[in-house]
Amino acid sequence: MVFLIIIVAIVVWAVFAYNRLVSLRNQVDNSWRQIDVQLKRRHDLIPNLVEAVKGYMQFERDTLTQVVEARAKAISAPDQASRMAAESQITTGLGRLLAVIENYPQLKADENVLKLQEELTTTENQIAFARQAYNDVVLELNTRIQSFPSNLIAGNFGFKAAEYFKGAPEDQAVPKVDLSMTAPRA
Amino acid sequence: MAASNFRALEATNRRETVVLVVAFMLLLGALGLGLDVAARDIAIVNGQFVGFPVLTIAALVFAGAQSMVSYYSGASLVLLSVHARELTADTPKHQVVLDVINEMATAARMPVPKPYIIDDPSPNAFATGRDPTHSIICVTQGLVDQMDREELQGVIGHEMSHVADYDIRTMMMIAVMVGGIAMLSDFVYRWMFFGGFGARGRGGNNRDNQAAALITVAVIILAALAPIFSQLLAMAVSRQREYLADASSVEFTRNPRALLRALEHIAKIESPLKQGTAGTGHLFIVNPREGVREDDEGFFANLFSTHPPLSRRIARLQALLGAASAPTLDASAQANT
Repeated sequence: MVFLIIIVAIVVWAVFAYNRLVSLRNQVDNSWRQIDVQLKRRHDLIPNLVEAVKGYMQFERDTLTQVVEARAKAISAPDQASRMAAESQITTGLGRLLAVIENYPQLKADENVLKLQEELTTTENQIAFARQAYNDVVLELNTRIQSFPSNLIAGNFGFKAAEYFKGAPEDQAVPKVDLSMTAPRA
Repeated sequence: MAASNFRALEATNRRETVVLVVAFMLLLGALGLGLDVAARDIAIVNGQFVGFPVLTIAALVFAGAQSMVSYYSGASLVLLSVHARELTADTPKHQVVLDVINEMATAARMPVPKPYIIDDPSPNAFATGRDPTHSIICVTQGLVDQMDREELQGVIGHEMSHVADYDIRTMMMIAVMVGGIAMLSDFVYRWMFFGGFGARGRGGNNRDNQAAALITVAVIILAALAPIFSQLLAMAVSRQREYLADASSVEFTRNPRALLRALEHIAKIESPLKQGTAGTGHLFIVNPREGVREDDEGFFANLFSTHPPLSRRIARLQALLGAASAPTLDASAQANT
């Protein structure tokens, strides 16, 4: 009798542990898609922004070209690694562009530009928060896969540790707003 | 880590809501029973129970209905009582608020709450609803006007943490039940002073009458104390939650400065909310009533405030800001390694 109760308890625990792992794995996938959605949204916004500001910003051609080229690279990237490298170039370039817009009173008076600026700001934040959320849930999944006793379930049913989202090196440095734009970035 | 923390808090809040509803039923049931005895609908005559406890049953039905209404329509009632309307992107600043709510929902891994706004110049905000998929975040126009993007993130992050750990459910139930108890005790008072009191003489010996008189006194005391008890309850349960929500806001924004700046800003502003907030004060991020924000310490100040003193919350955030500058405590760095 006691033996039976123990068996039942173990089976119930195993079912719960398995379901929890499945749920976390799905959350990891979903969090990844969230990042993807925001990156795509950013791709869509870039041409509009460039179109809106290029008339005003004759002196910032380099910044504009850098963003546009990085976007093209990201879209045609053959693999995940080079795509993420291009995305982080976009992040740097857009950060600089948004900072530079502050120097142009005409741009700051343009309603369309302001609207695009807000859209890009929130998209940048969404990317950062989505990445943060993704890493949080990966941490949770990996902890569960590696720690006893849930690792027994994970091992038997082929759950694999997920990979953290690592930014490119320049991405992790504190973004420095360089208004002169002559010095190379760290 | 963070998520399991939220799950533990969620379990606590689910349990507390059940306890709250049971206690509410018992309190009102006792009230009804006392009234039945007082009105001599029921009595114990020579050891025999006689009569039909109509008021007890009425009170229990009322309590059950009130609990159901609180759970399913509590959020609408709260929004109605503070005169909130749905927030739309009609101005650029409102668009920013909508964007920030979306951002914080992403950071908290929660569904996006429905945004509402109160037309009031005093900066404040609250969250309500029965669970994250039926959640609401409400800001005042004053908050929208006075906060920059970073400060808004801090405030919305705080509200999002109330959503994530189901604080919103407990606090909403308390808000609507406090209103219900106030209504009921008002009714009992009127009924006692203007209604028929023992006019219908029923048999019984002296001892029964004495017992009935005692119970009557108990009912009067209970009816008088009920609103005070429920208010105390609301205060006791909400203070600890504010510290927790402050900490979670920092976790979402990864930026202790955001909420710190917002609270410091609000601390400088004296104007209270104009809308009726008697039953809803504990929902807001800072106490919306006048004269209760100052930094009183001591038993009575603690007993009657729904929020910890702002200066203490600010001090705790400053401590976090100091700690966050140490690289080992940076959560995102941790996750990235």
